[in-house]
Amino acid sequence: MALLETKDLGVIFGGLKALDDVYLKVEEKEIVGLIGPNGAGKTTVFNLLTGVYAPTKGAIRFNGQSIIGKKPYQINRLGIARTFQNIRLFKHLSVLDNIKVAMNQHMKYTVVEAMLRLPRYWKEEARVAEKARELLRIFDMEDTAEQMAANLPYGQQRKLEILRALASHPKLLLLDEPAAGMNPTETRELMETIRRIREMFGVAILLIEHDMNLVMGVCERIYVLDYGTLIADGTPEEIRSNEKVIKAYLGG
Amino acid sequence: MASRLKKKTGVFYLANALLTIVLFAVLLVLISGRTLNNYWSGVVVLVCINVILAVSLNLVTGILGQLVLGHAGFMLVGAYAAANFTRAVVENGSLSLYVALPIAMVIGGLVAAAFGIVIGIPALRLRGDYLAILTLGFGEIIRVMANAESLRPITNGAMGLSVETFSNRTDPGAMFAFAFVVMAAVIFISYTFGRSRHGRSVLSIREDEIAAESMGVNTVYYKLFAFVLAAFIAGVAGALYAHHIGMIDPSKFDFNRSVEILIMVVLGGMGSISGSVISATVLTILPEVLRGFADYRMLLYSVILICVMLFRPSGLLGRYEISLPGLADKLLHRKGKAAKTEEG
Repeated sequence: MALLETKDLGVIFGGLKALDDVYLKVEEKEIVGLIGPNGAGKTTVFNLLTGVYAPTKGAIRFNGQSIIGKKPYQINRLGIARTFQNIRLFKHLSVLDNIKVAMNQHMKYTVVEAMLRLPRYWKEEARVAEKARELLRIFDMEDTAEQMAANLPYGQQRKLEILRALASHPKLLLLDEPAAGMNPTETRELMETIRRIREMFGVAILLIEHDMNLVMGVCERIYVLDYGTLIADGTPEEIRSNEKVIKAYLGG
Repeated sequence: MASRLKKKTGVFYLANALLTIVLFAVLLVLISGRTLNNYWSGVVVLVCINVILAVSLNLVTGILGQLVLGHAGFMLVGAYAAANFTRAVVENGSLSLYVALPIAMVIGGLVAAAFGIVIGIPALRLRGDYLAILTLGFGEIIRVMANAESLRPITNGAMGLSVETFSNRTDPGAMFAFAFVVMAAVIFISYTFGRSRHGRSVLSIREDEIAAESMGVNTVYYKLFAFVLAAFIAGVAGALYAHHIGMIDPSKFDFNRSVEILIMVVLGGMGSISGSVISATVLTILPEVLRGFADYRMLLYSVILICVMLFRPSGLLGRYEISLPGLADKLLHRKGKAAKTEEG
């Protein structure tokens, strides 16, 4: 059974069919791309998968259960984490605290224990701080731990957002245009990071991207969305030579 | 220095506790020994109460990032609840005020928290200006209700409700002791809360609500939690205030009072607890010091506010914190930068 499966997924915004008949499937530990021209509805798919919008029709099954009607924070706890097209970090918190927020749900102490600083508070905080630092160490960002997130360079902010999503222990990671605004060197680094994440953490990744080098380079399968409907899916080679895809991108 | 203190957490705590106790002892001696006259010891108690109010509002405005203009309403609710309790038990002689006041503070806090839940559930769907106006409306409703004929048995209407107080003649330090201990506890609790997983959740909502929710933060719960916690503390402060003044006059708990508390938070730096403490202290004492200038008193007060906002728009301390040991360390060594511990 697939990790994530959507059937006949559709959403209507005030008479406009933003998405219709979307069938997606992501297997465990798979890297899948979601591409399409601007306004095709890619981010809308992410918003449906994470519970930001409720679909007008169709089904979403994740890890064997329906996630329709669940709140975004509940879906995150079930194992879907995301990044945003426009970076949404907790700007005035430190890098470490950004990651700790995502780990909050895995800490076990009550608010009274926190207020009175009882032993369990110290133990859990120390455990999570160590884990957060380790995550930063793996991705060469340990020296930024105490910095305010807003002060990081652009590429590191993108990376931090991915790390923050990873810190919530997802089974599926949704990346919304992770390479946006990056130069070719940073993009190559990002490809490496994406592959490493899959290997080290065993997560499946669904990513939206316009940079075709990245999409063709890391994705095992690709879905193509145009005007809210899927027009193609297949391996990078199949997509590259697909008539409909070429037409959608070049017009005609 | 600051980093050295930060590393030795145990020493830092001990130093903080010690200096707090020293400050408490010095003030208590000054007040009990009548070195400070009645008037000034009253001002000291008011400082404590205003610090409690500012620190509690800072939980909502600074840490949660929501503008609330009805804090005086929660204070008034807490004051009535507490005063009715002490009136009942102290008058019939079943409890002395020393025992009754702590219980009354908890009752005041709980009743205010209950109001906080009722207001908070619909109100926290809104944000920014809308939430400010809704809470402003709530504060006014509470004040108007206090004057209502049907509630006279509880509030005694616009005449004001007289409240039990400690005798100034036999024990001038009692009220101060209660107010100071509560103040210290409130400062400690809001500091530790801000640095816990719960506090981080609340902070993340201030920073980016959508991102917070997608990272597993139950935003509705934490918004309500911070709001109700602040209401609880405001209720406790209301209880203290009532028993300090000896009279609840609803007109003293109007919109201006809420704004006054908000000014303390903004001036100190939103999100900074020590900023709230400092500005609440200064803004309580300042009008008293300026009494000599009679007519120009409020003018000077306002000019000071304008100057601070012009030259330090993020408030006196911004989001930084300073601590007693850090301050003492700095004064003793007189070198290096200000002992700041960055806020999480």
